[in-house]
Amino acid sequence: MRLTLEGVAKRVGAATHLYPLDFALQPHAVTVLLGATQAGKTTLMRLMAGLDAPSQGRVRVDGEDVTGRSVRERNVAMVYQQFINYPSMRVFDNIASPLKLRGDLDRAALDRRVRELAVKLHIEPFLDRLPAELSGGQQQRVALARALAKQAPLMLLDEPLVNLDYKLREELREELSALFASGDSTVVYATTEPTEALLLGGYTAVLDAGEVLQYGPTAEVFHRPHSIRVARAFSDPPINLLKGRVAESGIQLAGEVRLAVRASADAPALEGDTPEAGVTVGVRASALRVRPRSGDVALTGRVELAEISGSDTFVHVAAAVGPLVAQLTGVHYFELGAAITLYLDPSQIYVFDARGDLLVAPQRPGAR
Amino acid sequence: MARIELDLAHSYLPDPKQDSDYALLPLQMSFTDGGAYALLGPSGCGKTTLLNIISGLVRPSRGAVLFNGVDVTARSPQERNIAQVFQFPVVYDTMTVADNLAFPLRNRGVPPERIKARVGRIAEMLELSGQLNQRAAGLAADAKQKISLGRGLVREDVSAVLFDEPLTVIDPHLKWQLRRKLKQIHHELKLTLIYVTHDQIEALTFAEQVVVMTRGRAVQIGTAAELFERPRHMFVGHFIGSPGMNFLPARWRDGMLEVTGHTLRLAPALSEALRAAGEFTLGVRPEYVTLADERAEGALVAEVTQVQDVGTYWLLTARAGETLLRARLNPASIAPQVGEQVWLGVLGPHTCFYDRDQQLIAAGPEPQALRVSA
Repeated sequence: MRLTLEGVAKRVGAATHLYPLDFALQPHAVTVLLGATQAGKTTLMRLMAGLDAPSQGRVRVDGEDVTGRSVRERNVAMVYQQFINYPSMRVFDNIASPLKLRGDLDRAALDRRVRELAVKLHIEPFLDRLPAELSGGQQQRVALARALAKQAPLMLLDEPLVNLDYKLREELREELSALFASGDSTVVYATTEPTEALLLGGYTAVLDAGEVLQYGPTAEVFHRPHSIRVARAFSDPPINLLKGRVAESGIQLAGEVRLAVRASADAPALEGDTPEAGVTVGVRASALRVRPRSGDVALTGRVELAEISGSDTFVHVAAAVGPLVAQLTGVHYFELGAAITLYLDPSQIYVFDARGDLLVAPQRPGAR
Repeated sequence: MARIELDLAHSYLPDPKQDSDYALLPLQMSFTDGGAYALLGPSGCGKTTLLNIISGLVRPSRGAVLFNGVDVTARSPQERNIAQVFQFPVVYDTMTVADNLAFPLRNRGVPPERIKARVGRIAEMLELSGQLNQRAAGLAADAKQKISLGRGLVREDVSAVLFDEPLTVIDPHLKWQLRRKLKQIHHELKLTLIYVTHDQIEALTFAEQVVVMTRGRAVQIGTAAELFERPRHMFVGHFIGSPGMNFLPARWRDGMLEVTGHTLRLAPALSEALRAAGEFTLGVRPEYVTLADERAEGALVAEVTQVQDVGTYWLLTARAGETLLRARLNPASIAPQVGEQVWLGVLGPHTCFYDRDQQLIAAGPEPQALRVSA
């Protein structure tokens, strides 16, 4: 299934929800729509589904113009944030409903298909219950099973896990990844969480304020964001951004800190491009460490707060170069206001020009 | 302020018979005066029931609640002198910020000059000083919730301040600043704070002691480091950390450890503890699983089933015997390919062992003491 949007835009009254965009969805793969609330994810998804018509532009499915065609005439499965099921139907009948509508399965085949899906989503014991008798996670599993039962070539999921506990989210996300991996459907998955996009893999489109800023393989978009806006949207905790000035063979930051930047095939020399111009240095929280290695630059400051997640500690630091967040593995304690030195390998920085476009991305020794 | 002691159980049913009939299974717990606590667990674990029992909104079906040694089980929240902050802001829209903050004090007849001083101090801590004379109605949700927090914290004489998921309405980007405020306030005011949440960051960041709950049971009370490094119950290993702890079925045989078809050598101290258990579960966090050389000590062979680039690390999934193991690998390392055979180190100072009741029975020794072979 090839879905393409050509010059599609969406305006509601005087407000622009989506600026004109061209977008060709990667077929038989997962595409993550990543962006903050109000970025345009749901608007884009509704246009893809045919729930809304675009204000301008064309929507094509396998080359055919389907712009004005309603969702009922298209073969699309959708899952929403809220757990939407038929409240008066048993779980079995909820899952079976799209199969019954299709009408090409006999009773035994239908029964088999429903049970298969229920097993996959771990809701087999609840087939005879009503949705209201299930927990939130189980209700969303029913909605997912029903969407999968449809076997639609296009499946759209709008933040399907957002209303669940984080552990349940983790579990269900893994199961969904495994289900999507078959490549039977073209899947679009909207989320506000960068980590969720990385865990789902596939392709990611970064949205911000009604624009698709970048679209490509998820890891590539993460590691080579074309602009500050993409880097900011695709980082959690948010990427540290520091104002700098290009100086001889490096970048001068506030607080007398100087970063040497080596030119390479991957990182063109700064000099020619931006003489004397201001640049922005991007440092991912995970690039900052508390133990030095040779060649590191030291950044001093005071601890504002250490946020502990268990697997990671996020240290907020008021540093001489500006505010920083460092991501450390495991549990670390810091007194509020304590002096701290963070260490940074200068080869791990991003550099953006005055317009916010990427000039230099870090080398990735582990990349394949 | 008060030291709070609980020795109770609670069921919403008239005649509870089995464990699942209880919202709270029998527990004994004490909260030190001036401490910061969090009750953490998935929905339905009993944390809100426990909070409501402490506040006096729910009376336990069995046992007692003691404040400073006095039985307060039958007393209301007012009589217990409890302040509460809820998920959604509770403010008087027509009042100014200052009047909202002063309300709990005026209600109790605190002298005006004392009210002024206290309101000023709380407003300063929460960075509301500039808005004291503004009406609450025009403020954004996070400012309103700050007022709610301030009202909870404004009284000096409360036994405890209880929070029920108070940062739900706060924008994710602002959360850390409010967490910081709460921590600072706790440092300065030394109030007893008890905080209910299902969010691990919320709990581990805020509290000195975290009570981890599941299915009506408090399975561990500890610091963030204790919960991460030495989960006393398998649920804690699973619930804290992303992804949670890996678990492998294992058993003791002649001083050796049998796991997924491998025989690994155990340190004598561990061997002693594990002999009695016979069969048990080995737990190791993804952060502590290492890529090892072929047949390295303490390592098992596994087949890579998935490699995810999570940006800040590689998340490796590999099948060892019947079990899927996860490892968080350094982003600078060369990640293995799907289908490849790898050796994964699972024995180390951070490895934990659990009995049939999922309780911790032993934990790994220092690495130097480890003598292992595959």
